[in-house]
Amino acid sequence: MSDTSSNIAYVRKDMLPQKAPPKTSVGAIGWINANLFSTPANILLSVVSIGFIGYILSGLLPWVFMSVWNADSLNECREIISEAYGSTHGHACWGVIKERWLQLTFGFYPPEHYWRPILAFILLCVTIAPVLFEKVDRRLLIVTAIYPFLMPFLMWGGTIWGPLTAAVGFVIGYFVYKAAAKKFGTLIAVIAAVMLPVIWWLFIAGPVAGLLSGIPIGLEFVESRRFGGFMLSILIGVVAIGCSLPIGIVLALGRQSDLWIVKSICTGFIEFIRGVPLITLLFVASTLLNIFMPPGTNFDIILRVIIMVTLFAAAYMAEVIRGGLAALPKGQYEGADSLGLNYWQAQRLIIMPQALKISIPGIVSTFIGIFKDTVLVSIIGLLDPMGLTNAIRADSAWNGIYWELFAFVAFVFFVFCFSMSRYSMYLERKLKTTH
Amino acid sequence: MTIASDPQRESFQLSQLIYDTRYRSMTIQVVALMGFMLFFGWLISNTLTNLNALGKPIDFGFFSEPAGYDINQRLLDYTSQDTHLRAALIGILNTLLIAVMGCALATVLGVLIGVLRLSSNWLISNLMSIYVEMFRNVPVLLWIALIMAVLIEGLPAPRAFRGEDPAATMSFFDTIAVTNRGVYIPEPLFSRSLGDVHFLGAGSLRFDVSLDLMLILAVLFAGLFGARLVKRNADQIQEATGDRPTTWYYTLGLIFGPLLIVLIALGFHLGYPELKGFNFQGGTHMRNSLIALWLALSLYTAAFIAEIVRAGIMSVAKGQSEAASALGLRPGRTMRLVILPQAMRVIIPPMISNYLNLTKNSSLAIAVGYMDVTGTLGGITMNQTGRELECVLLLMLCYLAISLTVSAVMNAYNNKVKLVER
Repeated sequence: MSDTSSNIAYVRKDMLPQKAPPKTSVGAIGWINANLFSTPANILLSVVSIGFIGYILSGLLPWVFMSVWNADSLNECREIISEAYGSTHGHACWGVIKERWLQLTFGFYPPEHYWRPILAFILLCVTIAPVLFEKVDRRLLIVTAIYPFLMPFLMWGGTIWGPLTAAVGFVIGYFVYKAAAKKFGTLIAVIAAVMLPVIWWLFIAGPVAGLLSGIPIGLEFVESRRFGGFMLSILIGVVAIGCSLPIGIVLALGRQSDLWIVKSICTGFIEFIRGVPLITLLFVASTLLNIFMPPGTNFDIILRVIIMVTLFAAAYMAEVIRGGLAALPKGQYEGADSLGLNYWQAQRLIIMPQALKISIPGIVSTFIGIFKDTVLVSIIGLLDPMGLTNAIRADSAWNGIYWELFAFVAFVFFVFCFSMSRYSMYLERKLKTTH
Repeated sequence: MTIASDPQRESFQLSQLIYDTRYRSMTIQVVALMGFMLFFGWLISNTLTNLNALGKPIDFGFFSEPAGYDINQRLLDYTSQDTHLRAALIGILNTLLIAVMGCALATVLGVLIGVLRLSSNWLISNLMSIYVEMFRNVPVLLWIALIMAVLIEGLPAPRAFRGEDPAATMSFFDTIAVTNRGVYIPEPLFSRSLGDVHFLGAGSLRFDVSLDLMLILAVLFAGLFGARLVKRNADQIQEATGDRPTTWYYTLGLIFGPLLIVLIALGFHLGYPELKGFNFQGGTHMRNSLIALWLALSLYTAAFIAEIVRAGIMSVAKGQSEAASALGLRPGRTMRLVILPQAMRVIIPPMISNYLNLTKNSSLAIAVGYMDVTGTLGGITMNQTGRELECVLLLMLCYLAISLTVSAVMNAYNNKVKLVER
């Protein structure tokens, strides 16, 4: 008896082998149980959404994929569809995209010059690459500096001397600043660096360009009314985005400043622009902007639209950046003061880098908003993709085609805007300094 | 003997205006003001010169001339003989109508989608993410055009409702007709109506107020006020004794009892739309343009509101709801008393700007032919009279007034619910 009792081990000395978890809580079944059918309410929601997805896909998939790509008119399309599938409904006619995609991309830009917008677009990618991604070679920033003068030349053409003399103004400003800063101090250097280029642009650049125009270097001139399609949207969007950020920063600083008059002017401008719809500003661009200018001025409709869209975007940008400035702890401003930095040094080295980082999501969503808003120019008669859908429908061959055109335009916009929003998420992650 | 001497007077030099920080801000401001005024003066003088050259100096006289065009969707009476001023007024009311309808629907949809996006159900939350991304990343003008096309192309024509075996039938027990010419819904009618009160005689700004509607609203508000008294009383009893008396039947009775009596006394009944001739007669006709604009703006803005609601709910720390459960609050009361009041603080400011965006986006009505203020004042009136400057400026002023009013009201509300810090 004592023998046996000494042999009884009532504490297990070795671990049991682990059992596999129950089949219902691992793998696909476990995932489905946890995520789709955990409670009665969830079961109901899941069933309803599966039904909804099935309904949508059953209509959408045949429409997108059992479709016609080769047709010259809507009637031909419908004939092919009714031969192949029995009914004319529920199948897309992508023939219109195949026939008109060049028009939807370039508008009425002369086909023999398509290489110019394409080159401008490729250069745009090269231009923004060093700005967007750190790993790209910094030397590419030279392209970024040249691009603002190269792009209008490529797009509109004409003589090269116009953009070149405009660029010379900036070069003059730069060197004047460099030279004067050493001799007379920063303030006078800044004034000189602003005044001399302005004098150059106003009085000297014109005659010089006129003289040089004897040397015929240039591209064939393309009128603004031939611009259209996604090219126009991207053109307006990119210029407005590029210009609105610096203007927005200045406006935001103005609104945050202690100087009462500067503050009221900036606040008034921002609130006015944000209080009215973009379409009224586009009306100003199409009807009034010429009236505001000196008699006889008649400048280009696309330029006018770009100016108004830029002002509109700048006001929204200013508010986003002001949010970033307000979110910075006061200690940062005080720290900059205690280091003895002056206003601009503090802004450049301490305040702005942090404020801009905080406001990245807002800045990018403003960018997306501007790019989407470029379709409004169709209301004042420019031929952006929305305007072109009407122009294409006006053709008797494609009279009555809606869905395919809208779906295509929507898809392209979605791709652009969605990638912008993903990029902002990437940037936020990259710049995140907290743990 | 005391020797009092003034502190040495500082000599003022002109260079101090730039180099002395005490004066520099003054200098900058004066320069900025002068630059601003010069610029504005330049614009105005250019404008006046140009307008004189064109032979149309600024003149608002065209407002009293007959407009000569029809507005098919309107809240007040209007004929083409009425003035441009009245057309503009009808337009402003249409803008406000679409803004109010849009904000209401967008809020409901947005809150629903935002909450569902946080659901633990994988399918639902992803479906809602797709919805949000789909609507946020495509221009609203495209959605308006798309929904307009769906309404025109996808819905049955009124003649499909005709005959023994019609291709289409009216929905909701034969009360609502959904056709490609618009939606016909039942209209409220009063057989013993009290009539209308006319204001401002026959002027351009005349308007009628229905006494029936006023009476109903007065009774409704009185009922709501009574219900509040009941609630306050119940709160007091709960404070004193710990037991809350059951009050829901008082509340219901106070709100709906008098309302029902008034409705019966006025002879309230619904006028149903009927197919007569080629089109539906009777009922209220909501045109396609209104429906398309309303749906598109609401669906589009709902995607933004959903994100705001989601962020707001996520911003409330988890400890808050856990603490509420520890106190013994039930989930409903936790949501109502703990989570929502805190989430609202985060939600309201961006919600204001989305309501304003919706109001401003309603100006895209011009793309589908809904006659809002952009369509009347900034559209046909401007084109007919050729008074671009006056029309565009007034148009901007209208939107500015609406925006500033909405943001003032919402900011007042925001200040009321804002967390009071030390």
